[in-house]
Parts: sequence; C-alpha cells; structure tokens
Amino acid sequence: MAPSKSSNVKRSGTDESSQISFKKDINSKVDLIIQNRKHANDIFDILEYLQSEREKEILCAVNACSRIFCTLLERGDLYVGQLPKEEEILEGDRSADEKYHIFVRHRYNDCVESLLENIGHESFQVKESCLCTLMKFASAEGKHPLQKMDWCEHYNFPRELIQAVVGGLLSEKEDMALLISRFQEFLEMDDVRFYVMTSIRVNVARVMDKNKGAVMPVYQNNVFTLLTNINMPSQESEITNFMVKQEVKHEDWKPTKIKEHKRAFDRMWLGFLKHKLPGSMYKKILVILHDSVLPYMSEPTLLIDFLTAAYDVGGAISLLALNGLFVLIHQHNLDYPDFYKKLYNLLDPSVFHVKYRARFFHLANIFLSSTHLPVYLVAAFIKRLSRLALTAPPTSLLMVLPFICNLIRRHPACRVLIHRPTAADEPCQDPYVMEEEDPAQSHALESSLWELQTLQKHYHPDVAKAAMKINQPLPDMEDDISELLELTTFEVMERDLKQTEKQTVPLEFDPATQLLQSPKEVLGVHFCLD
Amino acid sequence: MGKPAKKKSIADKVRKTKTYTEIKNNPFEVKINRKKFDILGRKGKHDVGLPGVSRTKAINKRKDTLLKEYKLKDKANKFIDRRFGEYDTKMAPEDKILQRFALERQRTHEKKDIFNLNEDEELTHYGQSLAEMEKFTDMVDSDSDTEEKGLLSAELTASHFGGGGGLLRKKSAGEKDEEGSQRPKSRQELIEELIIKSKQEKRERQTQKEEAQELTEKLDQEWKSIQSLLAHKTPKAQRQEEEKPKLEEYDKMVRELGFEMKAQPSEKLKTPEELAREERERLQKLEADRLRRMQGDVKESVAKKRVHFSADDLNDGFILDSDDRKTLTYQDGKWNVEEGEEEEEEEDDEENDEGQEEVEGEEEEEEEEGDDDDDDDADDGSEEEDAHSDLDSEQGSEEEVDEEEEKEEEVPVKELSTLSEEERKAVQEAARAELPYTFKAPESYSELKALLKGHSAEKQCLILERTQKCNHPSLAAGNKAKLQRFFGFLLEYVGELATQSPPDLATVNKLIPQIYGLCQLFPDAAAKVMQTLLSDSTHSMEETLEVKGRLAFPGLDMLVYLKIIALLFPTSDFRHPVTTPAFLYISQALTKCPVNTLEDVATGLVLCCLAVEFVSLSQRFIPELINFLLGILHMAVPDKTLAGYIVVPPFRLAGKSSDLLVLNDPGASESWTRRPLPLSATQNIKFQSPLEKDHYSLSALDTCLDLLKRCTSLYKNLTSFSQIFQPIRTLLEKHLPMKNYPTAIQDLHKEILEAIPTSPSQHAPLVFEKKKPVPLKLLTPKIVQVLDYGKKRGNTKEEREQERLKHKYKKEFKGALRELRKDTRFLAQEKLAEVMSRDADRKRKVKQLYASLATQEGEWKALKKRKRK
Repeated sequence: MAPSKSSNVKRSGTDESSQISFKKDINSKVDLIIQNRKHANDIFDILEYLQSEREKEILCAVNACSRIFCTLLERGDLYVGQLPKEEEILEGDRSADEKYHIFVRHRYNDCVESLLENIGHESFQVKESCLCTLMKFASAEGKHPLQKMDWCEHYNFPRELIQAVVGGLLSEKEDMALLISRFQEFLEMDDVRFYVMTSIRVNVARVMDKNKGAVMPVYQNNVFTLLTNINMPSQESEITNFMVKQEVKHEDWKPTKIKEHKRAFDRMWLGFLKHKLPGSMYKKILVILHDSVLPYMSEPTLLIDFLTAAYDVGGAISLLALNGLFVLIHQHNLDYPDFYKKLYNLLDPSVFHVKYRARFFHLANIFLSSTHLPVYLVAAFIKRLSRLALTAPPTSLLMVLPFICNLIRRHPACRVLIHRPTAADEPCQDPYVMEEEDPAQSHALESSLWELQTLQKHYHPDVAKAAMKINQPLPDMEDDISELLELTTFEVMERDLKQTEKQTVPLEFDPATQLLQSPKEVLGVHFCLD
Repeated sequence: MGKPAKKKSIADKVRKTKTYTEIKNNPFEVKINRKKFDILGRKGKHDVGLPGVSRTKAINKRKDTLLKEYKLKDKANKFIDRRFGEYDTKMAPEDKILQRFALERQRTHEKKDIFNLNEDEELTHYGQSLAEMEKFTDMVDSDSDTEEKGLLSAELTASHFGGGGGLLRKKSAGEKDEEGSQRPKSRQELIEELIIKSKQEKRERQTQKEEAQELTEKLDQEWKSIQSLLAHKTPKAQRQEEEKPKLEEYDKMVRELGFEMKAQPSEKLKTPEELAREERERLQKLEADRLRRMQGDVKESVAKKRVHFSADDLNDGFILDSDDRKTLTYQDGKWNVEEGEEEEEEEDDEENDEGQEEVEGEEEEEEEEGDDDDDDDADDGSEEEDAHSDLDSEQGSEEEVDEEEEKEEEVPVKELSTLSEEERKAVQEAARAELPYTFKAPESYSELKALLKGHSAEKQCLILERTQKCNHPSLAAGNKAKLQRFFGFLLEYVGELATQSPPDLATVNKLIPQIYGLCQLFPDAAAKVMQTLLSDSTHSMEETLEVKGRLAFPGLDMLVYLKIIALLFPTSDFRHPVTTPAFLYISQALTKCPVNTLEDVATGLVLCCLAVEFVSLSQRFIPELINFLLGILHMAVPDKTLAGYIVVPPFRLAGKSSDLLVLNDPGASESWTRRPLPLSATQNIKFQSPLEKDHYSLSALDTCLDLLKRCTSLYKNLTSFSQIFQPIRTLLEKHLPMKNYPTAIQDLHKEILEAIPTSPSQHAPLVFEKKKPVPLKLLTPKIVQVLDYGKKRGNTKEEREQERLKHKYKKEFKGALRELRKDTRFLAQEKLAEVMSRDADRKRKVKQLYASLATQEGEWKALKKRKRK
C-alpha cells in the first residue's frame, strides 16, 4: 500500500485545462474513495493538492478532504484507540479491515496537520475553509470519538483538535483578527468556548514562557482579539448549545456548568494579564475591562493588582483604570487609600484633550456626587478644573462649566468660590496653589473662580454664556451633563449653522480689496502671497 | 335710497326756512319725545320732532329719485342734451349762452348766405377783411407769426410800447365798454363782432395748445438728453455754463436757468467738511452696531435689514430698493458704459455731452472741444489725479442710480491705476479686443472654469465683473439665483487655485473684490455657502479623527477660505452664523492636528494669525491659541528635560517631531533677516541648505513671538492673565536659548517678558451681581378710559373700539333696512295710485262710450220714430 507516485497530476499545461482537470480529478477520486476501499490510495493525491501553491487547488482539496473524512468518520472507517505506528501496520497480525482503518486514520492525521498548516496561509479564503473543515472534523469526531471513552474528565470532546486550532489562530507572526472573527460563530457553542478558554490559557502560558515574558505585540494582539470575541453566558440556563452532545452523565460534564465557565474565564484572563503588555494593549484592555470582563469573572477582586498597577501608570491609562476601579470599589467593597488624592492628581491639561474625556468625567461626576466629601476636597477639584479650563477646547468647556456649577450646587459650602461678599472689596492674589498635590493644602477654599470670569470672554458664545452663569446665584436644579460628555466640534458647530435661519447676516463694512489687506491685518504681517 | 346720508343737512335746510318757526309753533306739527330721565348738563337734540315735516321731506326726496328711477325702468331710450357745452362744467353759463346764440346765428346765416350773391361781399387786403381792418378789431393772430414778418399787431404795440391813440385803446380795451357806454353799432354789427371774437378766441386757444405741446415735446427731448448728465455732474455742467454764456439766445438761457433750478435742489454740493463729517457719522454708526453685536446683547427684534452703504453714501436716508435698481450704464440693450475703465467712462461723458449739444446749439461745439482738451490735458498731466477726479465724477453719477455697483467699480479702478499707463492701456486694448461684453452666468462649476481658463488674472477679473453685471438681479427674474450660485462656484474656484501646486494666490487676491461685492449683494447666500464649506470640512475632519485617530492640518484652500471669511463677515460679533463656526474650525485644527513637519508649523502659525486677527477687535480669549503658541515655542527648546510648564496636546513633551525648530547652527541667526514667509510654505517647503532651514525656524519663532506679544496686549485685562501666560513666561525665561537668536527676536522676547507680570495680579473675590430690588406691589386702581357710554365696554382699547364699531354697524344696518322698507312702501303706494288712476280712466272711458252709444241709440230711435211718423 505504498503511495503511488504515478498518478501525480500534471502541473504543466494550460491553466484552463488543468483547472478543469484537477477539479474533475479530485471529484472523481473522492467518489471512488468513498465508494470503494480499493481506491484508498488516492487519498495521497488529494493530500498532495493540499500543499499545492495554487489557491483554487487547495480550496478544492480542502473540500474534498472534508467530504472524504466526514463520510469515513461516519462510517467508522477510522481506527479507534491508541494508534500504532505506520511502520508497525504490516508487522502485527491484523485483519485487512483493521489495517485499512489504521491507514485511513493516519491519512486523517496527515490531513489535519496540513490543514493546520494552511491556517497560516496568506489567502483568507484558504484559511477560512481550513478552519471550517477542522471544526467540521471536530464535530464529527465528537459524534464518533476516535479515543476510547475516558469517563473521568473530558468525555469524548476532541480536545486536542481544538487546542491545535487555537494554536493556529494565535499566530505569533500575523494578525488573525479576520479569521478570529470568523471563529466567533463556533464560540457560540458552549462546550467549544469552554475548551477554547482552557486551550488559550495553556497556549498563552506556553508561548510566554518560551519568550521569557517579553512583549509580543502580534501574538498578544491575536490573543486579545480572541479573548474579546468570547461572549460569556450570564446564567446556567443559557448553556444549551453544544457541539458534542453527551449521552451519558451529561450533568457532570464541566462545560455545562456556569461556575466552571467562569473559572476558566478567570484563569484565562489572569494568565493573559500577568504578562507584560504593550502600551496600546493596556488601553484596549482597560476600555473593555469594566463591562465585558469584570461582570463575568467569578472573583473580580483578582484584578485589583492589575488595576492598581494601571492606575499608577499615570496619564490616559490611569484615567481608564479608573473605570475598573470604580466597579471594584462600588460592587466589591474595595477600599482604596487616597483615592481622591490620586484622582485630583490625575487632573492635568490633557484631561480635556484625550479621547476618554467623556468616560473620565462621567466617573468623576459619580465620584464627586457623594455629599459626604469634605468641602476642601470639592473646592480643590472645582478650582483645579477651572484652572485647567483655561487651556480647554470649547467642546470640553461646554461640558466642564456645567460640571463645575453642578459641584457648587451639590456642595453649597463651595459657593464662596463664586460669591464671597465678606471680602468683596479687598483685592488679593489667588491663594490657590496649583502645584500642591494634596488637595487639603491647596487653599482652594480661600480662592475665587476668576478663571470662569476670564472664560466669560471666551470666543464661543455658548461657552461665554455658560461661564456667565456664575454671575447670578445658581438655580437649584442641576444641569444634565450626560449629553454634553461626548460633544464633538461638529455638533457644536451645527448648532450655529442651524440657528439663524431667518435673520439677515451681518456683513463686514470695510470693503475688502485684497486678500492680505484689511484694517486689522495680522496674517499679512507675517505671511505673503507667494 | 340716498336719504340717510343727507338727512341731516336737508333737515337743517328745512329748519332754516322761514316757515320753520311757523311750523314749530304749530302745536299739531310738533311731537315732543318723552324723556325717561332728566340728565343735567346734557343737551338733547331730539327732544322735539317735526314728524310731518320730515315725512314730507322724505316723500319729496323719494319722488325726486326713486320715483324717477321707477318711471324710467325698462326704458331703453335716453335723453341726451346735445346743446352746445351742456355738459362742460368749465364753461361759464354766460359763455354758454353766447356760444349757443352764435352757433344758431351762424346756422341761419349760412343757410341764408349760400345763394346770396350781392349782399355782404367783403373786400380784403392780404386776405383780411378791409372792413374789419378799419375797425381795428383784429386781434393778434399768433398763427401768422408777426415777429417773423416784422409786423407788429396793434395790441402788441399797445402793450409793449404803451403808445397808440385813444381810439385805438378804446377799441382794444374790451367789449364791456363797447356794449355798455356807447351803442353806435347796430345789433347786426355787434353780433358779427361777437362771432369773430369767438372764432379768434378759439383759434388762439388752439395755437396756444399746439405751442404748449410743442414746447413740452421739446422739453422732454432735451430732458432726456440731459437727464443723464444732470444726474451725473452738476459741478461740471456748472463749470461749462460759466465758461460759455450764450447771451444771444434768450430762450436758451431761460431754459438753462430753468433746468438749473430743477437740478439744483437734488444735489447740493457739500463741503469737504460736511462730507467728512457724514462719513464719520456713518462709520460711527456702523461701529456702534458692530460693538452692540460684539456685546452679544442683540435683541432679536433688532434684526433690521442691513443695506450696504457705499463709502460715498450721503446717509440721507436715500436707499434704493436693491432689487429693482436700474443701471444707467445699460442702455438700449447694449452695453455702452464700461465702468471699470476710465477711458470708456470718458467716452460716455462725451456722448452725453453731445446729447446736450444737440439741444444747445452748434456754437457750443468749439467750447466743448476746448473743454475736452482740458480734460485730456489733465489726463496727461497726472495719472493719479485723473484717476481720482474721474472716480469722483463717477461716484457722483452713480450715487443715486446704483451705489452698489459703483462700490464694486471703485476697486478695480484703484487697482488699475497702480499699474503704469502703458500697461493699463495695453491691457485694456487687449481686453477690449478679445473679451466679449456679455457673459452668461455659469450654471456649473465646470462652466465657470471653462470661462476663465487661459485668461490672465486681470482678464479673469474683468470677465467675472462683466458676468456679474450682465446678470444683475434687476435685469431678469432668475438672475438672483444665478448670481448666488455663481458665488459658490467662485469660491470653489478660489479653493482650486489655492490647492494647485504652486498655489495661484495672486489670482485669488484679484478675485477678492468680486467676492466681496457678491457677498454684499447676497449676504444670506454667501453665508450659506461659507457655512457649507466649513461644516463639510469639519465633518470630514471629525470622520478622519474617528477612523485614524489623528488629523492632518487643513489645506491652503481652507486657510484662504478662513481669511476670506474674515474679510467678508464681522469676526467681532458675539454670535455670527459664519464666523462662530469659523472659530470652531480653527480651534479644532489647533487642538486636534499634531505638528509633525515644518509645513504643519507654518499652517499652524497661519491659523494662529487668523485667530489673533479674528479677535483683535473683540479681545476674546482663545485658549487653543495660547496652547499652540506654547507648543511651537516648546519645539524650539533644545533641552526638553527641564519642565516647569506643561505642554497641551497635540504637542508632546518629547518625541520625534518636538525638536523641529531647534537651531542646528547658532550662527544662522546672524544672516537672518525678518521677512514674511510665503503662504505656500504651508504646503511644501524645500530647503537647499541647513542654513535655510534655520532661517525658516527663526522666522517661525519670530512670528510666534510677535503673535504672543499681540496676545499679551489683547488679554492683559483678563483676570487670569498671569495664570494663562505663566507657562509661557517660564519657557521664555528659562528654557529658550535667547543668546542664539538675532537681536530682533531678543527684543520681542524682552517685550513679552515685560508684558507678563512676575507675580500674579490682585483681584477682588467674586460676588454675585447685585439683583435689582423687587418693586413693591402697587395698589393704585386700574384706570380704564370710557370712550362712549352704554352698557357695552371691553377692557382694552381695542375691545372697546370693536364694540363701538359693532354697535355702529348694527345701527346702520337697521337704518338701511328701515329705509328700504320705506322705499318699498312708497313704491307700492305709487303703483297702487297708478293702478287706481288707470282704472278710473278706464271707467271714465267706458262711461263715455256708453254715453255716446246711448246718444247714438237715442238719436237712432228718435230718427226711427220720426220716420214712423
């Protein structure tokens, strides 16, 4: 039963003829193989196509393989149990049937191997069809297990195959985001998800150990993509969708339990997070952490270390870590010493410019909504925010000015910041110390919000109007800032564009004669036309 | 039926007759109206009535009107009085009678005269009756122009010279004398005289009429020809008249004087002081308006229609409706005035002058030519002066007709005048030779491009100008929309010119007056176009920001658009539909676009310049501007480790592009001279040597520092001034390597540091604005004016008025109804009377017939009896 080399496909020849010929060839061979055991040797030819350089041939061969082996698996033509070595086939006294089974099983293994290799192929179509075929095999294997039933742990789930697939997906060299998103459809199945999670943990541990914990952006990015594609069930009753049905002892099977799922999830994430991460990855993780990771963990407190470390990094990462910390503080009784002091120190000019502005102020709003905060602290926050507002763009200003007003409303003791009638006529320097890190030492409560007075001269009318509110006693109702959090420049602009429909537009009355020649020319002083 | 309206007056008439008192004293006629209440001080008009009198009055009136109408009902024929002058109200009744009599006489006379050969054959001399001549009664016959023939009529001599015999005077004195005192003439003669006189009168009237008509026609003609001139330049016309008085021609003088008088009040020459004062007042008003808008306390009601004022507007409230403006320059469907060009203007003047000449006579021609020569001399003499003098005259002429257009014209004139004479002439010649005078307004952008393709900037300008004029909104209905679209295309074209490489900004520069003019014509449309440009650009920026996470600086086209916005719209307004979005746009570009290259530095600085320019009047605070300038300065700091200030995004404390402006070679500062950077530097800069790059860095730094200086002076009144500028102060003081820089920059640096105080200034703590005390509740009664007495009264004046009118209407309605009823009753009575009389008539007739028959019968029977006997 040596592989016959004679029936090799002719690679030479014109494209069309070869195309037709290989399709015909493959199809006829597949039919023959399925019909009769005599033609089993033709499997070699098909497997050879899998290694072809031409995309179409590979695709065709992958389909053929899936047909052949699915049929054979169904028929039970594959050898079950510990597989003897190929060389040993002839030695032992086995029936022809058994020999045939062993042979087919070997070819099956070959096929799986080359399919896994092809997952790293450059063409997405090839990747996709390989992945699908492998998953088809997996489900077929689940129905017709190739191992003897081991009742102890994994039942008859094709664990090795899934692990190999995960290994293929988590490539160290290329970005597999597309394929992973394709893979998501299989992750809908609870048992697959469960085993994928465990496989990821194993895989991450293995790969990171191998690289001695160094940062591997591509690999970690793939892992992260796969992790984010995992949608955890929230209740045990939701776990109904299985790829492999267990007839016996179904209730004891691990993938049927939400607890086991959560535990696997925990271990997977912790395993991933304990390694060093690239900076951008940090941000990405922190962005999703609070609503797609923390709620599904069995023990969210395990993430405290990660979050506090992130909070100490500073800058945008700190801002993002705030969200996770908030969930922990709020729902898991985390006690964080000097939390407000740290929050206070997070406030710097970039707060108004970063992308996560809305999230930060949303949380800050929540943190500062407590009425049990000391006045000096709130005053320090108000003063610092208004000082920083001197560098903020109008979109942020439109949000932060109502924010400040809200704080003053919540803490009426802070009203002295905008209304200090006792010392009305005594000019003084601003006693506030911006550089002081401790809000208690900043003397904010002795100051006034002159910054807002400055902002009354802001160029944007809405900002100026918002700043002018401090001239009158504030009304009791708080402004709703939730809509203002994610204000964009275009939205602000649109207000102006829509507003004056019927009014006539005022015009400049100084007649313009040249581009760089107007009564108040500045541009023309420094720049010339050519 | 007519009665209600005149009721009172007729009643009054009745009262005035002498029978009135008699009637009133007759107790049977008087009806006393009983009063319910006696009200003191009120005079009752209707306490006593005379029902009998008023009833007769009413009946009489009806008889006069209604009855007549009723009688004439269904009768098609109409009586027309064809007697002479019957319907001519202007004629005095005496005249009428006389005329009628004369006509009648004539008729009978003619009939009698036709076949009468012997009688009354008249002897004539020069076609005039000798008999009459002897009588010297012939009046001045104006038809036979006496002046021409050198004959003087008797009357004329009499009136002119006061001489003549008594006889003569007597004859011509008038008819009253003749008729009254003496009666030597027979009746026959008298009548004849009368006839002749009437004839003459008639003839005279006719000739007078003709003459008048002729004169008016002439006058009209002259007026037409002078009209333009007159509107133009009275000053010039005046001058001419002073130079060439036409003493011989009395008529002419009279006419001229007449015209003068008419023209004078329309345009009084103002003294330069007056003009200056008015101009100042106008500007003050505009400025006040601008300030009011800047404060932002614009009440919505103040949205008054703004009209464009020309610089020479008299501010006398004379504003033409912008839509139905007629251009003087567009005559007979032909384009005959090319206002942008002085030359043609001159020609036009001449044309107009010629028109005047025709009227004035031929002698003038020489004078006129001399005048022209003078003009030419002036022309040759000084180019500049001529340009302005001509400008003046043009302004004068245009002012009333078209301020708007004139405004636009002014600009090219000035522009052209800066060119040398030959150049200008050449350009004009070429333009006249090549360019057509009318252009269709382009319907699409590609059409506009095709129109302008291949022309020089000046010609493009001319084309645009002509297109704009040919499609002036007053000329056709759809032109407004066309020009509005045209504005959009023009801006698109500007954008394209700016995005070319290298950018063609010189052309853009030339197009500015056109754009400004169009914008003044259609502010709303222009604002719309600008808004669309801004919002589109912002939107695309936002999208790229979301997709890529960072932004590139806007292109030169957007910079040019922003600059144009600053030229077209007031940037100092508290809120403005165009400039406020423009601010936002600049802010977005300054905060979101990271500075990675030297081109970005240039673009950023251009935006900063624009920002400073935008707020130079309103002194509004732009945080982004300070941030950006700080960031740029930070790029010039060689050692980034020592912070003391915080740079704001998009700048970073350290990074690959944060050393862009650090000098490579400190020696470069010696060879650096201050000179404006080209705007094209925002697109691409190429440096031949590192020295050039250093020079560029120094220029950028210089610009940056100058802007900072401007900012310090702009913002020095802000309460947080020192806090805002603290980081900049730290940077300038401690980190910038000043000694490496040229002295000009060092001076700037020093000035800025002086402007920023070392210690923060002192301010009074904030307090709320004092509230106005709430007025106490007032308890004075509410006073409602009572207009008329009665139970109906509303609360407000309008309600009361409405009630009153309703009441009045009801009263009138009822009165009318009553009158109508009375009318019908009267008519019914009349009809009944008619029927009765008819019946009586018939009865009488029947009776008569019976009677006659009876007599017949009697007679017949008597005859029979007699026969029998």
